[in-house]
Amino acid sequence: MSARYGMVIDLDRCTGCGACMMACASENNVPSLPQASACTGLTPMLVRKVSNGLQGSERHEAFIPILCMHCEQDTPCVHVCPQQAVEVDKATGIVMQMPQRCLGCRYCMTACPYHARYFNWWDPAWPKGMEKSLNPGVAPRMRGVVEKCNLCHARLHAAKEKAAAAGKREIDPADYIPACVEACATGAIQFGNLADPKDPIAQESQSPDAFRLLAKLGTQPKIYYKSKEAWVRALAEPNSGPNVEAKHV
Amino acid sequence: MSSAVLTDSRWIARGTDRTSFSRFLGWLAPWFAVLALGVYAAFLCLYHGLNQTNMDNRFAFGLWIFLDLGIIALGAGAFFTGFLVYILKRAELRPILNTAVVVGFICYSGAVAILMIDVGQPLRAWFTFWHPNTHSMLTEVTFCISCYLLVLCLEYIPILLRNRQLRKLPSFLVFEHQLHNLVPVLAGIGTFLSFFHQGSLGGLYGVLRGRPFAFRHGFFIWPSTFFLFILSAIATGPSFLMLVTATVEKVTGKQLVPQDVFRRLGFISGILLGIYVAAKSIDTLIWLNFTSPAEGFAPWTYYIHKPFGTPVLFAEIVLFGLLPAFLLLYRKTAARRGWLLSAAALACIGVLMNRFVLTVQTLALPTLPFDDFLTYTPSWQEVASFGGVIAYGVIVYSLSYRYLPLFAQPNGEQ
Repeated sequence: MSARYGMVIDLDRCTGCGACMMACASENNVPSLPQASACTGLTPMLVRKVSNGLQGSERHEAFIPILCMHCEQDTPCVHVCPQQAVEVDKATGIVMQMPQRCLGCRYCMTACPYHARYFNWWDPAWPKGMEKSLNPGVAPRMRGVVEKCNLCHARLHAAKEKAAAAGKREIDPADYIPACVEACATGAIQFGNLADPKDPIAQESQSPDAFRLLAKLGTQPKIYYKSKEAWVRALAEPNSGPNVEAKHV
Repeated sequence: MSSAVLTDSRWIARGTDRTSFSRFLGWLAPWFAVLALGVYAAFLCLYHGLNQTNMDNRFAFGLWIFLDLGIIALGAGAFFTGFLVYILKRAELRPILNTAVVVGFICYSGAVAILMIDVGQPLRAWFTFWHPNTHSMLTEVTFCISCYLLVLCLEYIPILLRNRQLRKLPSFLVFEHQLHNLVPVLAGIGTFLSFFHQGSLGGLYGVLRGRPFAFRHGFFIWPSTFFLFILSAIATGPSFLMLVTATVEKVTGKQLVPQDVFRRLGFISGILLGIYVAAKSIDTLIWLNFTSPAEGFAPWTYYIHKPFGTPVLFAEIVLFGLLPAFLLLYRKTAARRGWLLSAAALACIGVLMNRFVLTVQTLALPTLPFDDFLTYTPSWQEVASFGGVIAYGVIVYSLSYRYLPLFAQPNGEQ
């Protein structure tokens, strides 16, 4: 049976600590680039701070982790790539990026409404000695190619290998948990199989507090958010919240 | 002996009057300086990577893509003139045919050169041919532009081989004759390829569901921008040819083509521009009222970010669309060279503005509710690289004008 891996991120629990970003960078051999700016760095998982736009005691803020939404329908980045360097894995629903085939045209970055794709503007480099701590299961990406979150695909490979060694066809769900989920201290990020009705996140995704960003585009993202705050839920669509101004701060 | 070294009269066609060689070198020198700077900037981008540009993860396309789309639209005069002369048998446009080929060749080869710098891994360009994604508009663009550039080369070679010295080589003469016989076929192939890639360039943005400012519905697999790009390119291509020819006439102080050719090109440009403006207006109304709201984006939000307010939309459709179409078609203004050329310039600015809006404004506008409006200023390397392409164009055109029969009349005179 095909899986549909996705997430439900509880924004009321997110403290904006950034542990998920660090774990992602460490797991996926994201290079350390002191010369990069906020707009040219590599942050496959990026925690953004938003507010309700009000001031004083009425002001509320929240943190919203942005990563590849692994769109299921008309996946914007997949059909624009001229050389099939992006594809949706039918067995998992994961939108895969193949840096080895990427031309670096950045058309996929233009197509992504979530700005969840990153270009390697520089050669990958790490402080001296740090290269010894790189994850051997993940190939560093070269300069001039695009990368993004692939839901820690190397961990899925490891889980499959473990299952195969044990003579099983299916992986144990406990063996495949992305690094950001594992690192989240408050348990704000839940990961699972949206296609499995028994999976807690499949149920969470149907909660009245759950929403997806820009759902009206019709791309069926598999990353869900949830919050009990109306102004946070209003972040889902532009111009959707009455008297709510959501601002990136 | 030294005077013999400093002259090139043997290479200039008999009966043509050209400026002295030293003066010609003086004209070329500053352009070679700009070209050298452009080559250096391009080297920096290729050697150090695209960190030399001011593009970033959000503004992933910048000046280069805008100008690529712009010059390819302006270069459409090449295929469209070939189409008019060879397919529709409009023989009165023949005097402008050679210059159309050279302008097209410059525009397309320049655009391809810039594209090769603009991609992160230029050595992987062949991957698109080996692993093509047939659903991608960029695949269609890559295939058609590559093939059409080859066609333009084949169309340019017979003009090149008509040089006075090259004609002395019998094998070249035979080759030129054979290629010349093929030109009508090449014009047909060029027309087919050009219709597709001009359209696909429009489709590049029109298919972006994630960018509601650019996203359009359309016919079958093609968004409406596919057809609008074809129309706007064939409308402004003849106008650009008029401008280039008029500029050369001004610089050289010679009348190179009969005034009738200008009027005919102006009329064709005006008719097509009128059709384009009507189609663009209908498309904009459909997009404002149906397409964008269905995607969750209120259209007015696109125009609250200065300087991209509604005046830009007005300028694009009316000031640089409807007005030049009127000036090109109205008998009294079309009969006066000044008005005709002004209208042609307005039409060319209009098509550049359209490409700018679609490429740059699309990326500047926020998509997520908590995004900001983005700004981007190209780096000197981006500007210089493109300046290099402009200089390359001027140099190739100047050399072609001096040594090749660009504006040959039926009696062989220039």
